[in-house]
Amino acid sequence: MNEPKATSVAQKAESPTYRITAHDVRVFYGDKEALHGIDINIQANSVTALIGPSGCGKSTFLRCINRMNDVIEGCRVTGTIALDGNDIYDPKLDVVQLREKVGMVFQKPNPFPKSIYDNIAYGPRIHGLAQSRQELDEIVETSLQRAGLFEEVKDRLAEPGTGLSGGQQQRLCIARAISVNPEVILMDEPASALDPIATARIEELIDELRQNYTIIIVTHSMQQAARVSQQTGFFHMGDLVEFGPTDDIFVRPQDKRTQDYITGRFG
Amino acid sequence: MTDRSQRDPEFSNRLVRKRYAAERRFRFYGILAMTLGVGAVGFLIFTIFSSGYTAFSRTRLAVEVFLDTNRLGVTAQSSAEELRRVSYDSVLRQAWVESFPEVKARSDRRELLQLLSSGAGNEIRQAVLEDPELLGTTHTFNVLATSNVDQILKGNAPRDIEESRRLISDKQLAWVDQIQAEGRMSQTFNTGFFLNGDSRAAEIAGLGGALIGSLYALLVCFLLSFPVGVAAAMYLEEFAPKNRWTELIEVNINNLAAVPSIVFGLLGLAVFLNFFGVPRGTPLAGGLVLSLMTLPTIIIACRASIKAVPPSIREAALGMGASPMQVMIHHVLPLALPGTLTGTIIGLAQALGETAPLLMIGMFAFVADIPGGPLQSASALPVQIYLWAESSERGYVELTAAGIMVILIFLIAMNSLAVILRKRFERRW
Repeated sequence: MNEPKATSVAQKAESPTYRITAHDVRVFYGDKEALHGIDINIQANSVTALIGPSGCGKSTFLRCINRMNDVIEGCRVTGTIALDGNDIYDPKLDVVQLREKVGMVFQKPNPFPKSIYDNIAYGPRIHGLAQSRQELDEIVETSLQRAGLFEEVKDRLAEPGTGLSGGQQQRLCIARAISVNPEVILMDEPASALDPIATARIEELIDELRQNYTIIIVTHSMQQAARVSQQTGFFHMGDLVEFGPTDDIFVRPQDKRTQDYITGRFG
Repeated sequence: MTDRSQRDPEFSNRLVRKRYAAERRFRFYGILAMTLGVGAVGFLIFTIFSSGYTAFSRTRLAVEVFLDTNRLGVTAQSSAEELRRVSYDSVLRQAWVESFPEVKARSDRRELLQLLSSGAGNEIRQAVLEDPELLGTTHTFNVLATSNVDQILKGNAPRDIEESRRLISDKQLAWVDQIQAEGRMSQTFNTGFFLNGDSRAAEIAGLGGALIGSLYALLVCFLLSFPVGVAAAMYLEEFAPKNRWTELIEVNINNLAAVPSIVFGLLGLAVFLNFFGVPRGTPLAGGLVLSLMTLPTIIIACRASIKAVPPSIREAALGMGASPMQVMIHHVLPLALPGTLTGTIIGLAQALGETAPLLMIGMFAFVADIPGGPLQSASALPVQIYLWAESSERGYVELTAAGIMVILIFLIAMNSLAVILRKRFERRW
């Protein structure tokens, strides 16, 4: 527990460009501690990749950031996670408003079994972001454009979103996530269910989205982490073993475990 | 241990043959069981149809009646109320007796009049109400024959036996033959079977009252059990904390579905009738009791459908910032609705065929009127069939079978609707 963690983070802790700062985050499932005190600072307008073997806690940590763990029975989170300096686990904070600011894209494309239009319009509707039908149409169009899907679906917005191909569905989910104009987008292995071409398309999209959003992506593919991210964190057995610029992690890993993992010795 | 090559090839061949034989036997048992089952159902349906189809026709006797305005005391200008109050029996009886001039003796005339249905006068009333201009004219009416004549003519009751055991006397039989020879007899479709209420005369007894009674009871049952069932399922599945209490409730709901229906009847009698004072023998009381029976079915079906909605949909909605209630109302419930409706229809079909609890709350009384609302005394389909089955008169046998045909058709229709709904809205993820 007392081992030095994320040394590179500590050096830059005072930098004002951090969108998310987590301190001593511990997650318990019942009596079992799944995360052993995570300290991490996420830079704004960058892509941060979280890598590590299965069951290392990277997805658990990701889901803490928009409190998706709230719905899991017996799950408890301690420590602080601050979004723009405000603690997201503050009891006074409304989780619905938090999720408006922190969107999420899941591993398996999960469009609602509704039309493409309604998929995108759902978020703006429940958050009251559009005053009129025109505004809603505009939001839907820009969201789809930003997700690079508009040209492919503009003639069939009324068709069900579940009828699209896997890659299109995932881009639809990304469009849905950005429709409420969040600050942060969490992506939980967004390309793991897709073929290489669709994956490449998603990765390009992530790179474009970096301009406007802070992105945290959990991935099993180290190549993907190397391709899309600027910062990488390596999780192992519930600890954040190493965190720093992606180039450093992959070229000059400080920790033996990081080195073993990225060279394919385990995981 | 044993090397494959050392094994006796004959031994392994024997094993294969034994296995094949066992599989053939197994298949044979399956086919045998299925044949027995299908045969039993086929036999049941054959018996019901063969003894019930005659109920859909009725023997009618032609009689020329002079609607004497002086004797009736009404004219074409009289109000409908007056026309309804008048008895048309006497003019009908007179016309009927006069059409057999050779019958003189008083006792013979009485026997002759027995050939007519007791509802025949009422048929003339209906005709007059439809067309008051008939008053003062002579018109040929085809009125219902009594059930005994009907049964003999259809062959449901034996004809060539001694008089004391036959439904009608020798003389009556001779008249029937005479009427038939004169061409004054016809067979018509029995519309009264679907429109009339119950009656002490088999030829005019109908399912109409019971149909309406069942309809009201099912309506009450649906209006009560569907919302309550869906709300309970929603709460238990999505919002209830998982503790010993909810576990106990869950186990009890599942057990409730297996409780004998007569127990629900007793409960309904004690709670709804005696405590809340719901009027006895009404579709309201029946619907309340039936909803107790339907609730567990609906709750179980709805919970199963809610469970079947993939968690990824919930996650997606939660991730968009929907509150748990919005997730439920906007996403989970619409997806769970087809399954819930299927369960509801099957539950209602079950309720439609339920008899025991209705007997407990007094829906078995003889009700000749068609109920005008859920607060009037009524019968229900299965109860009506039960009442007819208990009647000793020959004419009720075919009515019983015909009633069963009607309820079977309703059940098949409802279950098919459930299947269609399920097929139509089935989703593949």
